[in-house]
Amino acid sequence: MGELAKKPPASPVTVTEEAKQYLTFFLAREMYAVGILNVKEIIEYGSLTEIPMMPSFIRGVINLRGAVVPVIDLAARFGGGQTEVGRRTCIIILELRDEEGRQDIGVMVDAVSEVIDIPAGEIEPPPAFGARIRADFIDGMGKVAGKFVILLNIGKVLSVDEMAMLTKVGEQNIGEVPALQAPAG
Amino acid sequence: MDEIYSVYAQEAREQLTELEGGLLRMEQGDRNPETINAIFRSAHTIKGASGVVELTHIEKFTHILENLLDKLRNNEIEVSSDLITALLGGCDHLDALLIRVEEGHLDADDGLQASGAAVAEGLRRFTEDGEPEQPALPEATSADVERDDSGTAMTDCWHISVRFGQNVLRNGMDPIAFLRYLLSLGEIVHMTTLPDAMPEADAMDAEACYLGFEINFRSHADKAAIERVFDFVRDDCDLHILPPNSKLSDYLELIDALPEESLRLGEILVRSGAVTREELDEGLSYQKTSETLAARVAEEEGLPPPSPQPLGEILVKQHVVQPEIVEAAAAKQKQVADKKTSEARLIRVQADKLDHLIDLVGELVIAGASANLLAQKSGMATLVEATSIVSGLVENIRDSALQLRMVQIGETFNRFHRVVRDVSKELGKDIELVISGADTELDKSVVEKIGDPLMHLVRNAMDHGIESAEVREAQGKPGQGRVALNAYHDSGSIVIEVVDDGGGLNRERILNKAIEKGIVQPGQSLSDHEIHNLIFEAGFSTADKVTNLSGRGVGMDVVKKNIQALRGTVEVTTEAGKGSRFVIRLPLTLAIIDGFLVGVDKSSYVIPLDMVVECLELQGISEEHNYLNLRGEVLPFVRLRELFEIAGEPPARENVVVVRSGTLKAGIVVDVLQGEFQTVIKPLAAIFRNLRGIGGSTILGTGDVALILDVQALTQLAVNTEERATSANRF
Repeated sequence: MGELAKKPPASPVTVTEEAKQYLTFFLAREMYAVGILNVKEIIEYGSLTEIPMMPSFIRGVINLRGAVVPVIDLAARFGGGQTEVGRRTCIIILELRDEEGRQDIGVMVDAVSEVIDIPAGEIEPPPAFGARIRADFIDGMGKVAGKFVILLNIGKVLSVDEMAMLTKVGEQNIGEVPALQAPAG
Repeated sequence: MDEIYSVYAQEAREQLTELEGGLLRMEQGDRNPETINAIFRSAHTIKGASGVVELTHIEKFTHILENLLDKLRNNEIEVSSDLITALLGGCDHLDALLIRVEEGHLDADDGLQASGAAVAEGLRRFTEDGEPEQPALPEATSADVERDDSGTAMTDCWHISVRFGQNVLRNGMDPIAFLRYLLSLGEIVHMTTLPDAMPEADAMDAEACYLGFEINFRSHADKAAIERVFDFVRDDCDLHILPPNSKLSDYLELIDALPEESLRLGEILVRSGAVTREELDEGLSYQKTSETLAARVAEEEGLPPPSPQPLGEILVKQHVVQPEIVEAAAAKQKQVADKKTSEARLIRVQADKLDHLIDLVGELVIAGASANLLAQKSGMATLVEATSIVSGLVENIRDSALQLRMVQIGETFNRFHRVVRDVSKELGKDIELVISGADTELDKSVVEKIGDPLMHLVRNAMDHGIESAEVREAQGKPGQGRVALNAYHDSGSIVIEVVDDGGGLNRERILNKAIEKGIVQPGQSLSDHEIHNLIFEAGFSTADKVTNLSGRGVGMDVVKKNIQALRGTVEVTTEAGKGSRFVIRLPLTLAIIDGFLVGVDKSSYVIPLDMVVECLELQGISEEHNYLNLRGEVLPFVRLRELFEIAGEPPARENVVVVRSGTLKAGIVVDVLQGEFQTVIKPLAAIFRNLRGIGGSTILGTGDVALILDVQALTQLAVNTEERATSANRF
């Protein structure tokens, strides 16, 4: 994680500041970024416990100092294959806030790059298609050194409700008479 | 809110609960005087406490309640259903007032005031129906020297009974002077001169005084002041002063208002002013002499020494105090003693402190497990021994810490007496509530959350389950319906049952309704059990008419959701015409369990130890079927490796863990058995909420995460998988 050393001394993020800070990382050679305020910590990939009967994008759970935190394989979540574990594979622990409270979710990425400032004026709206991932997963496209970085909407990417629904599909309606689920809405 | 008010509200609420419980018992025919006394005391305590924190509106309202209870206590009014209803209404109003105090408002708002006035009016009606208040006119004093009837004391006057000693005149004292001096303190309403002691004329000594007086004396002076009038002849006369009626209640109140420290009975009486110090000393010395006398007599006759005559009795006999006051003082004495003992037994602790402790104990368990592991790796015998002692202690600490959070379910159950009473009145059905297993303990966090689902089930059983009396009798059942709440422990979980003896569930109606609502497809084949459990689906209600109790179709699915949130299950079994039984199965605790660690491939899994029956080696089983012969019993099993689709080849020797969940016994095939393990349950993240078969996770000594198997869901999973496989073959 040599790249992390380049991280500038954490300048306090003030509201007045136009530019927001983002943590960039690589996933299948594509560069993505998430807002730094959501990032709790970055840890090395290791000792992961798999959960049976789960869709492929849920890699398992890890022990984060006594808390059991689920780990999502982002590449698989975006519809690709499972991430191969390499020398620089990391888990970014993100903190999500929703109506049910605060929770931590880890995302598995190929490599973490750096923390960059992207001014609001340098952010373009997401393209209707062509990014190879669902449009609602994208907050915007940041322009960094003439290249585009996909700014992720982690609220959507890691939507607990949606993932929980997918795990239900993943288990093939086990335990229920299938027709009983029809009027749930 | 000030702490004083929160403490006040909490204590008042406890008293209120007791009061309500007592009233319900009375309605059911409990005529034990202790019950009504306890009710009265509760009301009185609330009143007193309200006075102390200056919540006068509550004090006033409780006073009305207390008046009525007092009449009840004195048998001036009869217990009736209406009366109890009115009193319970009073309780409800008090409850509302307390809620307002808890919200931080120290006065009743307009709505509460209006409703309070209505309730108070209802209560007063009973008070006035009773005998009219005794007129405050002084009664003509009878010449009777023995004034055992408290009626005399019930006048508004002091009653002074004085017998001057024979030597009074010789000592230069004139009785008339005392009476004159007495007039300076008040007014003699009536006086009777008692010449009873006068001997025959020839035996009479002109210098001796033979007179006695019974005086009705109206005065604002206190007892001690009146007694002081006779100070000079105190040793020479026989003086009894009984306080007036109005004072009587003052004394009772004074006794009640005394600080709660342990006092001797005599001290209580003196402090309240009902008895003067002199009278007490006299009584005490009498007690002592009679005691020594009695002891001597007993000794001579070779009997054990008798218990001394109670001071209160002596004082009453000596006519220095009314029996009521002694009773009140004795009650106070007892109350202080009770309070002392209960204070010693109970400590109030903030729930979050307890939760924090449990969290810490959880971490301690994990840390202990890892220390154990390291010690075993090191191979140092002394270190292993030391850590094993530590882990033994940690286990004890864990159990005690968890025990702190265990509460009996009885309190939750008892709330339903009132619910059943009110609802049965509302419905016009006669329904009895039977409670058993009230002393079953479960985690406080579970108890708190089970109240609402239970409420729904009980109401539902009463509304839909129990038929009207006519229907019941036509079917040869007793007219009185019966709802039973039952709790017991069963293999690591607690089971709560709500049973009614009503009509049971109507299979056809449920099925038709389910088809109508689109919950099931017509033609779908379902077992009876499955059909009955359709009532837990969202948007389901079979009642033809919607009552305000239930039948809005938001009931049962909410019940099921709430119970599932507690990692529990709910099921219904029913028999047409005989009734239904709702069975709620909940985990005993939400924090720490004893687990049994097993391994498949590189993963570890924990099976709750309470569910493990035995372990055996899997031998000579063909791959064709998944059952084995357990000492002549057919035991179905699941292969965890297959079910969880774990890669890798099974080892040459596999093991079977025999588990029991409810009535179902099954085997779980795993690679290795790793032994017992204290398991701190770490709930899995919300994204796993639809995961079946896994109840949670835990952290092993190595720092790895192990999954906790939910045995019941797991066996269900296996059943369903196989059902699907076989039905797929069928079509």
